[in-house]
Amino acid sequence: MENGKNSLEKKSLKRIFGNYGMVFVLIALIVIFSVLSNRFLTADNIFNILRQVSIVGIIAVGMTFIMLTAGIDLSVGSVAGFACVGAALLMTQFSMHPVLASIIMCLFGIGLGLANGFFVSKLDVPPFIATLGMMVSIRGLAYIITGGLPVFGFDKSYTQLGQGYLGPIPIPVLIMAGVFAFGIIFLTKTRAGRHIYGVGGNEEASRLSGVNVSKVKFLVYAVGGFMSALAGLVILARTNSGQPNTGEGYEMDVITGVVLGGVSMMGGQGKLYMVIIGVLIMGILTNGMTMLGISEFVQQFVKGFVLIAAVAFDSFIKSQRTKEVAA
Amino acid sequence: MQDYILEVKDLCKYYPGVKALDGVSVGFQEGEVHALAGENGAGKSTLIKMLTGAIEPTRGEIILNGETYHRLGPIEAIEKGISAVYQEFNLIPYLTVAENVFYGKEIMKGAFVDKKAMAEEVSKALEEFEIELDPLAVISDLGVAYQQITEIVKAVMANSRVLIMDEPTAPLTSKETQLLFNIVKKLKKNKVTIIFISHRMEEMFEICDRVTVLRDGKYISTKDVKDITRKELITDMVGRELGENYPERVAELGEPVLQVKGLTNEKIKDVSFEVRKGEILGFGGLVGAGRTEVMQALFGADPIEDGEIFLNGKRIKIKNPGSALNHGIGLLPEDRKNQGVLLGLTIKENVTFSSLKQAMRGPFVDSKKDTAIAEEYVNKLQIKTPSINQLVKNLSGGNQQKVVLAKMLATQCDVIIFDEPTRGIDVGAKQEIYNLMRHLADDEEKTVIMVSSEMPELIGMSDRILVMRGGRIVGELGRNEFSQELILEYASGLIGG
Repeated sequence: MENGKNSLEKKSLKRIFGNYGMVFVLIALIVIFSVLSNRFLTADNIFNILRQVSIVGIIAVGMTFIMLTAGIDLSVGSVAGFACVGAALLMTQFSMHPVLASIIMCLFGIGLGLANGFFVSKLDVPPFIATLGMMVSIRGLAYIITGGLPVFGFDKSYTQLGQGYLGPIPIPVLIMAGVFAFGIIFLTKTRAGRHIYGVGGNEEASRLSGVNVSKVKFLVYAVGGFMSALAGLVILARTNSGQPNTGEGYEMDVITGVVLGGVSMMGGQGKLYMVIIGVLIMGILTNGMTMLGISEFVQQFVKGFVLIAAVAFDSFIKSQRTKEVAA
Repeated sequence: MQDYILEVKDLCKYYPGVKALDGVSVGFQEGEVHALAGENGAGKSTLIKMLTGAIEPTRGEIILNGETYHRLGPIEAIEKGISAVYQEFNLIPYLTVAENVFYGKEIMKGAFVDKKAMAEEVSKALEEFEIELDPLAVISDLGVAYQQITEIVKAVMANSRVLIMDEPTAPLTSKETQLLFNIVKKLKKNKVTIIFISHRMEEMFEICDRVTVLRDGKYISTKDVKDITRKELITDMVGRELGENYPERVAELGEPVLQVKGLTNEKIKDVSFEVRKGEILGFGGLVGAGRTEVMQALFGADPIEDGEIFLNGKRIKIKNPGSALNHGIGLLPEDRKNQGVLLGLTIKENVTFSSLKQAMRGPFVDSKKDTAIAEEYVNKLQIKTPSINQLVKNLSGGNQQKVVLAKMLATQCDVIIFDEPTRGIDVGAKQEIYNLMRHLADDEEKTVIMVSSEMPELIGMSDRILVMRGGRIVGELGRNEFSQELILEYASGLIGG
């Protein structure tokens, strides 16, 4: 009897570890950096970390939608960059109101996402290739409209969006919290959310269950495009200048965060709230190492292996559980 | 005692609850073409899989060249001279014919592969078979017939003494089939033993020397082909007692609900039928006869080129599965794993996947309604699970099938298409599904269409049977005409043109 109880407890421990393994990684990182630096665990630094991850976090929501359907979007950084310089140009060259400029660029982001969805679902281009092409082309477009030069000189009030606070909380963090809330509710509470999981889990079964699969794909890439554009606007407000190279390389940070959050590359599995953990792990790693005076080059080296280690760990836990089920 | 090159003695393969092969003993002579005949599930594939080492026997002996084995490994089987040509080829599509033939045992010249020598060897073999084929042709550029020939050459070059052909002619045209038969005759001259499986009876009579019949995993008979008639063979194949208890219809049939006129697409030709309220209409025929394709077209999953569909007298257009469901037509697909279940989702999410509309409150899924619907169907179908939040991949095959069924029923469709409803599930779950089908037709006045390759099931459950062959309906049987022999005769083209 006792033995049985023990093994049961062991099993549920394993399950918790399997489901929430990344939470333990996060806690471990926090403990390590707190020991190594007394400036790490302060309210200021915590908000600092949150603000640093907000851009990647916002895009990660869209990426999660896409990856749940077994897709991927490499064009997120380019779309963010395009939205950034596009809004800057509308405000300076055309003296457009910041709100209108922002809305227009968000619609542009949705449009670019719909284009991705069209290539993937109607032309049957693999998501990796379709969005790789978009990544290159949209970046080109950002250079074309700016002539390769940064755009300055728009209304000061706009920088509030990136630099302001509501009480102690930076506005970008609030925006990130908002989009995560939206994403979590959408994925768990709506029909379309259920269909996103279904299409990623078994596209043919979903089709035969009456789901319009291409509509679902259009939707997720549109959400991805919108989130990228929104992130681009936040970057614009924070840096106070529209740089055409804005967002370069972001796709890798975002994908890393989403994968660390346990979203399967094969689609159909993963929880958006765990993606917060994944994004935080990346943020804390950067922040903690910077605080310890570790060079950016070394940081980059470490981060790559963190991704591999985390996913290997995850696969290991899952294979253990499969054995358990089989036994 | 005759001299057998290959013999099996008391060979058994038991799975939990199923005796796939039960004490089969049969011998194969050198240089004969030996047919294995039997219905789906008779145990032919199980026997073959043990000969090629794909699965391990529960009990029994395999005697090859006088040596006794209790099990053969896949590599051992090939080394000892048993090869198989399956319907799905094990070829590397982007390599040449010669490279495929020598795959894994390339002819080397120093550190490099000697492509020239390999091509010459293959060329010689092809000449012997009088086949015109360039050994340097890339596999993916070839049609199925030549891919199959490549497989055969591969087996021959590996010095196979026993060659198993599982439905080799299924994808071939009649001209290509003759090509294959010429090769078979040449192999026979070279004393190669061929074990031949085909659903096409005329081929068995054309090319085979002897035929062994299996039924329900048991050995029935081995006869010289020239000594028997097709009728006798069919009787051997089907003559069995019904194991299941098929509930009888009690309700009267109602009005015609669904009428299909001249349905045609790439796979089916001019298919017309009608089904009445409360009726269970069975579709019989061999695998590949076009039954599933009719259902897929009717359900909007495959395009329709021509033809009309009437529901309750009104013509309807079905563009996709979504519109079929909106019209109240539901489909239980034949391939549960790939087309039916969402393995990574919970039972609840699966059951309400097609019918979430009913569980909405404003833009959001109402968790209470969602749960209520799922629970209703889990209870109704007696899906055995500790919780509706269990992931479907943790359920047994029978319970998974019930989940797919629940998903369809929850849409409250009136016309229900069951495509191979009991494939791969255990006897108990089968019985429950039979009872449920009858209940749906009798008590809920649903209109039921069933495709089944299991004869007893088809006969036991149907009120009327349509038999298909080559994409067309070739026969219709009323309840009083039901017989396995008659259905097989229609299905194999013996009657009904």
